[in-house]
Amino acid sequence: MRETPSQTAGPYLHIGMLDEVGPALIGASMRGPGARGEALTLIGRITDGKGAPVADGLVEMWQPDADGRFPPVSDPALSHVGRCACDADGTFRFETVRPGAAPGSGAPHAAMMLYARGVNRALHLRCYFKGDPANADDPLLRAAGDRAHTLIARPDGAAWRLDIRLQGRGETVFLDV
Amino acid sequence: MTTPLRPRRSGWHPPALTPAYRSTRLRAPTQAPLALPSAPVELRGPVFGHADLGPLDGDLHLNAAADGQSAIGPRILVHGQVTDEDRRPVPHTLIEIWQANAGGRYRHKRDGYLAPLDPNFGGCGRALADADGRYAFRSIQPGPYPWPNGGNDWRPAHIHLSLFGHAFAQRLVTQLYFEGDPLMAHCPILNAVPSEAGRARLVARLDLARTEPMDTVAWRFDIVLRGAAQTPFETRPEGP
Ligand SMILES: [Fe+3]
Repeated sequence: MRETPSQTAGPYLHIGMLDEVGPALIGASMRGPGARGEALTLIGRITDGKGAPVADGLVEMWQPDADGRFPPVSDPALSHVGRCACDADGTFRFETVRPGAAPGSGAPHAAMMLYARGVNRALHLRCYFKGDPANADDPLLRAAGDRAHTLIARPDGAAWRLDIRLQGRGETVFLDV
Repeated sequence: MTTPLRPRRSGWHPPALTPAYRSTRLRAPTQAPLALPSAPVELRGPVFGHADLGPLDGDLHLNAAADGQSAIGPRILVHGQVTDEDRRPVPHTLIEIWQANAGGRYRHKRDGYLAPLDPNFGGCGRALADADGRYAFRSIQPGPYPWPNGGNDWRPAHIHLSLFGHAFAQRLVTQLYFEGDPLMAHCPILNAVPSEAGRARLVARLDLARTEPMDTVAWRFDIVLRGAAQTPFETRPEGP
């Protein structure tokens, strides 16, 4: 029995996935008081093949804690899952902690998924961090070759930035994981 | 879950670019996705429980209605089972639900369709599957609605569903349609699914046995999430 086929989340995904009606179950503030590790503000802008912002997009994040661990044996002050809807400029923003290296995972990274109108199946990607020496040996970054930089966030003021380009020049490496 | 998942087969899910659905033209990646076995991060996922749900989350008749009021529209019960590709139940998975009202209007600031809002309908709900993967929620049958796709395009009646499964790589967002809806044949979003067999899996079937007489029509919709990767020694027959 094959998997149920995917369909786009459409332009009104906020109703079911955020708090347009009921209280949000998953938000963009993942870092609770007292969370261990380095605070991380991750921002990014999603653009389409013409460079226009994807204002109706939504990004999900899923990550280990600062020590590379997952529930139920991880930092209870961290929500490992986050969600952020893009603003009119196509920008998302998460408040979390920098993920540690999960055993067997290569360089430290967070997993991300992107949903929007015109996206028939949610797009998987990952967020690595520029300057981490483990990046050089990460199997996924190696496989991505000269496009690996599209999965590596870089410092932007006090925050880190990972822009996502859906199509064309500088197109993000999306994953079939 | 930390066991590897079965690779997704090409040609089953909708491809990224389906030009008849115009929004895909500038949003579909041009490069094939990079295929790699899921890492430990993607093989785990958030866990939800009953504490995460409110008492009316699975009752869209009432969860946004004033006291003593109820949403307008045909009363329906949607139920089914969540399994993996090996037909094993996926227990306790969270299902998020959103839909238009009976007139085809979403309660969303960017939906300006002529059909009026129903003050007693929010169009948002949640359900948690039980230990056998069985789930149910109550709602009203959504109406079809027109949408800007370059022509005279109407969405068939549908309910949006988001499932978490047990691993981030198992996550599924899809739409449920209703058996017999003549608009399905004309929908570029549903027809982005390449095969007839795949499209049939998105159609809920009338379930007279679960219908509540003088009250509610029941629809059955089973959902399949990715299964564990098989070893080369296992061979199982593969149905649609
Ligand atoms: Fe819709």
